[in-house]
Amino acid sequence: MKNNQMCRGARDLLPDDMTCFRYVEDTFRMSCRQWGYQEARTPTLEYLHLFTAVGTLTPSKLSKVYSFLDWDGWSGERVVLRPDGTIPMARLYSRSLSEKTIARLFYVTNVFAFEATGKENREKWQCGVEFVGSSGPVADVEIMMLANEIMRKLGPGNIELELSHAGLVRALIKELKLDPEKEVDLVSAVLDGEWQALVEAHVPDPDLHELLDMLLNLQGKSSSFLRNARALASRFSPDVYQQLDDFVAITTILDKAGCNYNINLKAVKGFEYYTGLCFKLLTDGHEVGGGGRYNNLIPLIGGKDVPACGFALYIDSIMRLLPASCGKGDEGAIMITIEKDMTADLSAVGFQLAQLLHRGGYTAVLDFEGGETFRYRWSVVVTENEATPFRVSDNQRNQQWDMASASDVVDMLEKQG
Amino acid sequence: MSTGLIRLALPKGTLLSPTSRLLNELTLGVEGYSSDARRYRLHSTEFPYITAKIFQEKDIPIQVAIGNYDLGICGADWVEELLARYLSSSLVKILNLNYGKSEICLVSHRHSNIPDIYVIGKEKREWRIVSEYPNLAEAFALNLRLRDFKVFPVWGSAEVYLPEDAELAVLKIVHEWELASRGFVCLKKLLPVTACLIANRESLENRGLHQILSRFASRRVESPGTLRQQRTMTQAQPAIFHFQRGEQDVRVALPDGHQQVPTARVLKQAGLELQGYSTGVVCSRPEINLDWASIKVIRPQDMPLQVANGNFDLAITGEDWFREHIYRFPASPVKKLLDLGFGQVKIVAAVNTEVPVADIAQLRRYIQNGAYPCLRVASEYINIADRYLQDQHIGYYKLILTWGASEVFPPEDADLLIDNVQTGRTLIKQNLKVIDILFQSQACLIGNMQGLASRDKAKNINFIIRRLERAVA
Repeated sequence: MKNNQMCRGARDLLPDDMTCFRYVEDTFRMSCRQWGYQEARTPTLEYLHLFTAVGTLTPSKLSKVYSFLDWDGWSGERVVLRPDGTIPMARLYSRSLSEKTIARLFYVTNVFAFEATGKENREKWQCGVEFVGSSGPVADVEIMMLANEIMRKLGPGNIELELSHAGLVRALIKELKLDPEKEVDLVSAVLDGEWQALVEAHVPDPDLHELLDMLLNLQGKSSSFLRNARALASRFSPDVYQQLDDFVAITTILDKAGCNYNINLKAVKGFEYYTGLCFKLLTDGHEVGGGGRYNNLIPLIGGKDVPACGFALYIDSIMRLLPASCGKGDEGAIMITIEKDMTADLSAVGFQLAQLLHRGGYTAVLDFEGGETFRYRWSVVVTENEATPFRVSDNQRNQQWDMASASDVVDMLEKQG
Repeated sequence: MSTGLIRLALPKGTLLSPTSRLLNELTLGVEGYSSDARRYRLHSTEFPYITAKIFQEKDIPIQVAIGNYDLGICGADWVEELLARYLSSSLVKILNLNYGKSEICLVSHRHSNIPDIYVIGKEKREWRIVSEYPNLAEAFALNLRLRDFKVFPVWGSAEVYLPEDAELAVLKIVHEWELASRGFVCLKKLLPVTACLIANRESLENRGLHQILSRFASRRVESPGTLRQQRTMTQAQPAIFHFQRGEQDVRVALPDGHQQVPTARVLKQAGLELQGYSTGVVCSRPEINLDWASIKVIRPQDMPLQVANGNFDLAITGEDWFREHIYRFPASPVKKLLDLGFGQVKIVAAVNTEVPVADIAQLRRYIQNGAYPCLRVASEYINIADRYLQDQHIGYYKLILTWGASEVFPPEDADLLIDNVQTGRTLIKQNLKVIDILFQSQACLIGNMQGLASRDKAKNINFIIRRLERAVA
């Protein structure tokens, strides 16, 4: 085995990848700050029990976590490599920020999940947002608007927003009045994305059958669709009605704000901790993010009863959609070439020039490869000519100037823009 | 794996006799595979291309999964234990062989007052689960959505830990009545167990196993009623527990197996009289002539972890198992208190006699020269072996955890062995030579002196230590 092999499912991010990665991250950070969100970061290692309770991670996700005993784990307490971004942020809030009525948080993090073939990444990167403290529909809409804005700025393609509602799905399953064991099985199947189990569930009430049929098989594009469903739901339990009401309130704001979406109840899976609206973001048909409301998560992990919602954008998926050139900004960089095998004196002059250029806000790179100046718009050769030691070239316009001092070089570059 | 040869992994222990009978009935003719087997490597008289090796039952699924063997026979419990953690392993269960029947159950003790499994899922508390099947136990706990649980893996006698040291155990049960008679309650049957034929997936896809498989498929064995079933519980005994323990009470763990006789002798020399801990009669809870002490008999391998968790204050184990624990958990509160002078073994590194190296430095160079694509190291002491190989700068190696009889692994199934030796005769018999001595091990007293409940308890612990010190001086 060669020493340079990587673990299965691992991935190197090469310089071009990192340029693209930072472009996504910087765009995300900028937008979050503009909307008043603050960055936070959680540790890579967390206790397993943070993720095991009902309402945190589904059993199928738990079966893929990287869990192990730490060096001081003789008590059997297992730790995990962070399998999810939201649950640790909920823990962070309940531990350190719970005095805040409203907390707007964002993060950029890696999450780990085993994938059997080793062909997919087992370590994935995501940038996420959590809005803690409001249960109103405006908060749900705010995070969708933010997600939409970030994707628009990144601009990899046409953005689609698909909406579902975990609270409504659970209320509908409850309405089937199955025995407890069958209900648990059906919820588990739906959480794993097996919507067919709900489609095929025996529904004794024909009216409920019709409502389910409509909600599962039709895809509305406005709040009117949900208003129609709500009209049909009036004779079912108040929970179904309330969940539809919540869904209508959110979509009404989206309609008025001119935001396009599809209502597709089957759009999401693995929504174990979601309690209300869930959404999925697609770009040209590729899933690039998702989120939703999770009002029970913070109390579940020992915090106070605070509602919250959030989303995550999948950086790996977004990077695949961006052009190879994205985020590259080398064209403004300046190459400094030192003549005569980099003697000590000339090197010192070269370093002084580089420092001056850096202070002026320029990217200046010393040439070690023998004049690959064509990659850069500007190049400066440090020569032995005592009167004019700096020969400046504009490689784009094919012009040259001889300069007497480093500050002249900076002045000239400023003038040339 | 050699081309042409079909390799079969066969079990030792309780499955040996029925498996041997089955192979005879199928006229596969594996010569020498009987309860008094003297050799580990066997051949078929009927099919010259079949070779077989005898393993501990627990080792067979991993040997088949990694492709050292095409086919194997073992209990379904060990197959499921492997698959519970390594779902994508190359292990395929082919046939249930309908003998060696038992059940993996979730068990509690009646004193724990757990009426049914639903209570476990609902109650917000920490559950301690003890098991020889830690992967199955964890999978079960996750599926039941237990919020807070800890799984304590043990090498055996899991039931002994109930109810004081764990609330739940995942156990293999042959007869349910065994449970009731000892105060245990089966909360859920998790998995029916029978001996089964397993295969390596790649072998099944690419190799001509059909002649052997058709013999197995054509004639399944009926449950051999005359067979002595596996004994999963220790001998029946009255369920007496010192459930209400005083703050000054000291809990001591003593070893079973071949350490039991010398341990009993040292304790006697120390003036500590025990009932139920003599040759032939070993209770899981012997009585001692100190009214503030209680004794449990458990596996020496499990003692350091149990002492670290405060389930026992003192334990008599081997230095090998103490180090195995400390290397894994360097900050553990377990300390070695006293060498006891018996149970002396050397922990050694050994290779096949044909490997042209005399010491570990030569082995390192041999590896650097490309002798092995990856050094395969078999050991019961997975943490000791890991530490040793890192200290010796052995670059690329794989550890194969074995459950005893590790010396049968080289050269086919391992390149290096880290094992204990007393006289070295077993190694010589298996064509192995020692290339390094890691350390000398002997029986020792270990203890957890952190967080003692009271000064009286410390006084009692020191009383036992002083008595033992005098006995071995």
